Amino acid sequence: MRIGIPKESRSGETRVAATPKTVTSLTKLGYAVVIETGAGKVAAFDDAAYAEAGAVIVDRAEVWASDIVLKINAPDSDELPLTHRGQTVISLMSPRTDPAFIEQLQAHGLTGLAMDAVPRISRAQSLDVLSSMANIGGYRAVIEAAHEFGSLFTGQVTAAGKVPPATVLVIGAGVAGLAAIGTARSLGAIVRAFDARSEVAEQVESMGADFLHIDAEDTGPSADGYARETTDDFNAKAAALYAEQVKEVDIIITTALIPGRPAPRLITEEMVASMKPGSVVVDMAAGSGGNVAGSRADEKVLTDNDVTILGYTDLPGRLPTQASQLFGTNLVNLMALLTPGKDGQLVLDMDDPVQRGMTVTRDGDLLWPPPPVQVSAAPAVVQPAVTPAVPTRPTRDPGRTRAIALGVGGVLFLLLSLVSPPAFLSHMMVFVLAVVIGYYVIGNVHHALHTPLMSVTNAISGIILVGALLQVSPGDWALTIVAAVAILVASINVFGGFTVTARMLQMFQKGDQR
Amino acid sequence: MIPVSLVQGSYVVAGLLFILSLAGLNKHESARAGNRFGIIGMALALVITVAAAAMGTKATTGEVSITAKGSGWIGLAIMLAAMAIGAGIGIAKARKVEMTGMPELIAMLHSFVGLAAVLVGWNSWYTGGTHDKVHNAEVFIGVFVGAVTFTGSLVAYGKLSGKLKSRPVMLPAHNAINGGILVAFSVMTVVFVYQPIRPLLIVMTVLALLLGWHLVSAIGGGDMPVVVSMLNSYSGWAAAAAGFMLSNDLLIITGALVGSSGAYLSWIMCKAMNRSFLSVIAGGFGSDGNVVGQARDYGEHTEINAVAVADLLRNASSVVITPGYGMAVAQAQYPVADLTSKLRAQGVNVRFGIHPVAGRLPGHMNVLLAEAKVPYDIVLEMDEINDDLPETDVVLVIGANDTVNPAAIDEPDSPIAGMPVLHAWEAKDVVVFKRSMATGYAGVQNPLFFKENTKMLFGDAKERVEDIIRAL
Repeated sequence: MRIGIPKESRSGETRVAATPKTVTSLTKLGYAVVIETGAGKVAAFDDAAYAEAGAVIVDRAEVWASDIVLKINAPDSDELPLTHRGQTVISLMSPRTDPAFIEQLQAHGLTGLAMDAVPRISRAQSLDVLSSMANIGGYRAVIEAAHEFGSLFTGQVTAAGKVPPATVLVIGAGVAGLAAIGTARSLGAIVRAFDARSEVAEQVESMGADFLHIDAEDTGPSADGYARETTDDFNAKAAALYAEQVKEVDIIITTALIPGRPAPRLITEEMVASMKPGSVVVDMAAGSGGNVAGSRADEKVLTDNDVTILGYTDLPGRLPTQASQLFGTNLVNLMALLTPGKDGQLVLDMDDPVQRGMTVTRDGDLLWPPPPVQVSAAPAVVQPAVTPAVPTRPTRDPGRTRAIALGVGGVLFLLLSLVSPPAFLSHMMVFVLAVVIGYYVIGNVHHALHTPLMSVTNAISGIILVGALLQVSPGDWALTIVAAVAILVASINVFGGFTVTARMLQMFQKGDQR
Repeated sequence: MIPVSLVQGSYVVAGLLFILSLAGLNKHESARAGNRFGIIGMALALVITVAAAAMGTKATTGEVSITAKGSGWIGLAIMLAAMAIGAGIGIAKARKVEMTGMPELIAMLHSFVGLAAVLVGWNSWYTGGTHDKVHNAEVFIGVFVGAVTFTGSLVAYGKLSGKLKSRPVMLPAHNAINGGILVAFSVMTVVFVYQPIRPLLIVMTVLALLLGWHLVSAIGGGDMPVVVSMLNSYSGWAAAAAGFMLSNDLLIITGALVGSSGAYLSWIMCKAMNRSFLSVIAGGFGSDGNVVGQARDYGEHTEINAVAVADLLRNASSVVITPGYGMAVAQAQYPVADLTSKLRAQGVNVRFGIHPVAGRLPGHMNVLLAEAKVPYDIVLEMDEINDDLPETDVVLVIGANDTVNPAAIDEPDSPIAGMPVLHAWEAKDVVVFKRSMATGYAGVQNPLFFKENTKMLFGDAKERVEDIIRAL
């Protein structure tokens, strides 16, 4: 089969769907590749390089006559008439928000695979252009901010005085956010970050930024791996945090997107008005409504208090060479998945959740929306009753369940204590404290020492021996014999347990001691 | 006469030493000291108790003093004799147990605590005299927990040592049986509190013994890490319950420590299998050995021989070994350790990746590798090693199956979906040591075996590893 790579027609688009490198990989999969004259010019790939990699340079009509067309942007109204029935088009398509385009695909009898609808599961990571573009976008967002910002990012002490480091706030720690954090950090800025999913705190901290915490139920990951919309309580607390932070920071980069919905408004006009003059805000969500009040897509806005708001939506395109290479590689990975025989024959497997998830139409038949992909769902047999805090069951609010359980337990205990003698309650006190101590002490035990831990706890639970000892009373032989048997078996435990633990611990040796 | 205050004081010290003992086990470096603290605490508690039991105690409050008569020389002789016999048996067992047999030993030791708790409970009821209501309840609950621990541990011991079949025994309506016994127990407790009669205690003991047996019978071999740590926990609760009925704070403290520690371990194990505690206890997971979930065609697997594996290893710069229960069964830890030191001598970076539920006991693999003198600093946890696997040249999967199954991540309909696994398939080459192409404990086919970078090395793991060492 033949793959065609047209020159992108959208104005301002700098990227191209294949680079000489990816052309080589496509030919290795058995495809013939044709590319439109000058397709890679803006991205610094010339026709000669493509030709050398094995592509044939042809004109526009010839490219669109191919069996498969790989593109960055969805075909526009000039390009759709060039397609033919049964052709496969692979590009960004925004199928969630652009039903008109899906109708076009149907009308032209096309098979449409949307690169921006790849399910977020581990196996599909290599196809995920949203991630690879977000990564570049996050980098570029910082570079754009640095360009507008009137000071240095890194702090210095010079003969001409002290330069304070810039403080950067990154909101949304997805791929773009993390890339922005890394870039800002390597420029020397102090970076803070916030995300509705508190479990990304570790990733944020690993990139060298401080994670800002708020005291509210977080949203947790949704089944498809994207952040979900947040609760009102959470939003209120987050807004308070932003209001406080925007006064302190020099640069804000917002990356909050919820798939299929307008971007959440995080930074209000009042917040922007409270920022220091000369601050820079980069709104990476400007294309879908914007996280920041006053941001306009593809524009630089200067507010009355001299805050610059950048709403560029073409951030990845501002690094056309690298963006094309990554986009192209994602496409190659997809083609490899679609070409199981490596024979240049495209096979669409509708049982594969990855392929099914991105297929919008097949030969003009509507296949959108796909069935939901469950990434991290627990098997059906698991009833979430006792395990706390496994964030895979979004339907249940673990905090509330736990609070109710605690409340009921507390009330029951109080009722019980009404009818209990004081001696019992003082024992209960000891018991409860010991349970808590046990929990915290054991929580730190190294995984490798779990077996010795069990044998030690085993040995000390032989302390029941003490009880048996006190029951020996030679006057009553039945009692004494039973007690003696108890002493005997508990002793096995005590002595055996400690001996075997000592034996095991003797064996654990560190490498350099050998 | 021993003053009661001295006895109480010693118990406080002993309780503290037990806490220090568990805390010492946090790190390898302090673990031995931890064990010593435990021994000192136990010795202190036993000496003072034996003395108090034999010589009697005296409690003085102002002018009034209450004395309790001791059991005298005869009592002392009985106590020491029983302890000496128990100690002899225990130490002898502990000395000669194989490290692969550790799970059985621990399960058996749990059963002793359970048995002791039942006996102490019965005695306490027998001598209780006054039979006040709280004491009745304490006895009843203590005997119940002890009895469940006793038979449960015996069954676990039987399954782990191969004396019983490790497949789950599923009676029809087994959840109803368990639930029914629990309900009956609750009702009987209430009755017993008001009417402490012996038949009731006998019936309850029998029911509890049945429950323990039935509960563990329904759980298959691979869930044993959870069961063993659960029984560990129960044995603690049994000791704590005994403490309540004897009004002995040391027993309460120790029992609670052990109980919460066992519960915490069970929780870790469940988390590592992405399953809830209840679903493990309810049993029956993949129990019939059939392939569950959607059957898929994964294609053909590739075989390899020991010489070729040796070649792979010789040219590798980093190797990760992921052992599983199969390594314990084949007793392959010594040859594996040999292989490790050979490769390390040649400058290969060899490390181990241990899944939390590998083996039949929490931390089982670590103990086996330690026994074979593999230094503990190259034995890493799953989370520590997963990120390094893509840069690893060769992964040797020895006797592990479900813990390296990519289906847990890739196939949302798989019964083990969502379970955290070792990403062995990300390495350049994977060699799987396996006896045949049968499925693992969960009864799930493992797509890892059919991956392009996976080679299968069939046969007994120990012999195959020895073959590789020879070829090197």
